[in-house]
Amino acid sequence: MTTMTDPPGQGFRLSQLIYDTRYRSLTIQMVAMILLMLTFSWLVVNTITNLHALGKDFDFGFLTQPSGYDINQRLVEYDSQSTHGRAALVGILNTLLVAFLGCALATVLGVTAGVLRLSNNWLVSRLMAVYVEGFRNVPLLLWIVLIFALMTEGTPAPSAFRGETPSSSMLFDAVAITNRGVYIPAIHFAAPLFENNFYNWLLVLIVLAVSIFVVKRIAHWASVRQEATGDRPTTWYLTLAILVLPIALLLVLMGAFLDLPSLQGFNFGGGVHLRGSLIALWLALSLYTGAFIAEIVRGGILAISAGQSEAAYALGLRPGTTMKLVVLPQALRVIIPPLISQFLNLTKNSSLAIAVGYMDARSTLGGITINQTGRELEGMLLLGLFYLVLSLAISGVMNVYNNSVKLKER
Amino acid sequence: MKNTVLLGALTVAGLAAGAAGAATLDDVKARGTLNCGVSTGLTGFSAPDANGVWQGFDVAVCRAVAAAVLGDPMAVNFVPTTGQTRFTALASGEIDILARNTTWTFSRDVDLKFEFTGVNYYDGQGFMVPKALGVSSAKELDGATVCIQTGTTTELNLADFFRVNNISYEPVPIETNAEAQQQYLASACDVYTTDASGLAATRASFEAPSDHIILPEIISKEPLGPLVRHGDSEWGDVVRWSFNALVAAEEYGVTSANIEELASSPGDNPEINRLLGTEGELGAMLGLDADFAKKAIMANGNYGEIFEKTIGEKTPIGLSRGLNAQWTEGGLMYSPPFR
Repeated sequence: MTTMTDPPGQGFRLSQLIYDTRYRSLTIQMVAMILLMLTFSWLVVNTITNLHALGKDFDFGFLTQPSGYDINQRLVEYDSQSTHGRAALVGILNTLLVAFLGCALATVLGVTAGVLRLSNNWLVSRLMAVYVEGFRNVPLLLWIVLIFALMTEGTPAPSAFRGETPSSSMLFDAVAITNRGVYIPAIHFAAPLFENNFYNWLLVLIVLAVSIFVVKRIAHWASVRQEATGDRPTTWYLTLAILVLPIALLLVLMGAFLDLPSLQGFNFGGGVHLRGSLIALWLALSLYTGAFIAEIVRGGILAISAGQSEAAYALGLRPGTTMKLVVLPQALRVIIPPLISQFLNLTKNSSLAIAVGYMDARSTLGGITINQTGRELEGMLLLGLFYLVLSLAISGVMNVYNNSVKLKER
Repeated sequence: MKNTVLLGALTVAGLAAGAAGAATLDDVKARGTLNCGVSTGLTGFSAPDANGVWQGFDVAVCRAVAAAVLGDPMAVNFVPTTGQTRFTALASGEIDILARNTTWTFSRDVDLKFEFTGVNYYDGQGFMVPKALGVSSAKELDGATVCIQTGTTTELNLADFFRVNNISYEPVPIETNAEAQQQYLASACDVYTTDASGLAATRASFEAPSDHIILPEIISKEPLGPLVRHGDSEWGDVVRWSFNALVAAEEYGVTSANIEELASSPGDNPEINRLLGTEGELGAMLGLDADFAKKAIMANGNYGEIFEKTIGEKTPIGLSRGLNAQWTEGGLMYSPPFR
């Protein structure tokens, strides 16, 4: 009778940690982990020790102290008696503003340039190639400074609009382009429904959104009707009325009027002042990121098999319609993931704002506040946290959108 | 076991970090050069000349300290800093001394943990406007666009001035003096505000300086001076007394012309003897050579000579001594005795 016996049990030897393949990877991981933790803890301890040596503590109390400085572009109420925290908020809103405007314009520019670069028209496609290569291959900071310099040096000062025979005049008497920015007419309410102007505009937006929703429902109803009967009911007058009437009624009710910019003292008063710094930063960010998006769009379109367009042509669709209905929807699946990272890049690149004196979060919280309070570590950590949260939020939203357009496998 | 290793490593790291904060004087001597933070370019105060050699009123302080400590006024490594980067550069140890027309204020001294070692220029904030604007007082500036260097006390004074006078303005924050100058000349701003000395220096570099006027209002006290990190008093003393030597030298009539003669042998004036190291042990108390003050003065001359050479009335900047005259002549320059 034979019995299976285990091989003679050998005790665990330390060398097995390295020579035995069962343990080796675990050993390496443990060593790497310990080294990583040591490095990290050294950094923390070093920081604490040196802060202590400098006699500094770690405290966010400065956020409640009065800031003492003014900010030119503020989307919420702020003056030099407000707190550093409020100043940071003003900066954060300015960052959000330029990031939002930038992402929107960059997408439009990028999609247009990307599609046109594939055009059969030699001139158009080459022009787009020049745009893409030109903007993609020159540092963003140069573009920001260049556009800002063009604005300050190339446009007239407000004083040029003054006098009997001014050397410059306003466009249509409504838009003034000066080296301090562009002044455009503003809409004001003579009889606002709410004390806070923000709610008035929110109301306008809600009415607009509801109108658009109803119009969409009507279009949907028309399509259903068309499929059932073969006849598409005429809806344009209904659509137009629903789009225009409610908003017009609301504006009249609130006594909306145009406030035109006009020379007042040293500057233009009235209207909305789009500062040169905002315009330069916005244009430079959009043009630069737009060039990258153009390449992503071009790649996305080229990824769609030519058979798709040929099939569409065979059905009698025109090239424009083919692009809109057949190619782009499919290309979106390829385009969106890299597009997200371009949006993130644009948002983070907006921190170059200080080059033109645009008061974003980097300039207020990460600039003047740090400088006046000496809280570098706290300020930079807060700033990093803000950009992290913002980036994660953007990619979160974009991922939701990506899920809605990606190939549904059933 | 793992915990022990971790704690051990932490201790070592802590010790290493502690050792890194040794005395600045020893560091400078070991390095052989002085790291001096200056502005990114303000004619007369600190700017490189045509040969790339830094020249100016603030630069002279750095050269005097380098001469006193290292014996060579040229052994200075100049680090250009902006209004925003200067304090971080000093606090982090990137520079040993900051001589960048920096205003001595309570919060910088106490809260930012710096030590001001004296005042080399008593200044105040002023406004410069183009003559064509037809403004004669800062109180007429309601609604004006004002260029300011960001990260400075001017930013805060400006906010206070306009708030107190209940007039509005549009601030245009700018990183460096050169950019501010370009914006101002392109009339992207109506007014440029900074310390009056800085305005004079900036105006001197314009093509047509006479087209611009400096308004009469001086809206703040701006004592400008060199500063060092808090907590290293020995180094602070070296900088303070190197600078005081320049001021004392002017008071006692020690100039770059007669200093060799005065220092060759003890003279009649014991104060001069102690200053130049021919009598007493003052240099050794600082950890320097006995003739440290002599070397400091020989670098660029005494305080008055430096002033005349860099920003005085005979230079394009044309600043008069005013508050910066010796106390014996009605000014505020006063060195404590060398004793």
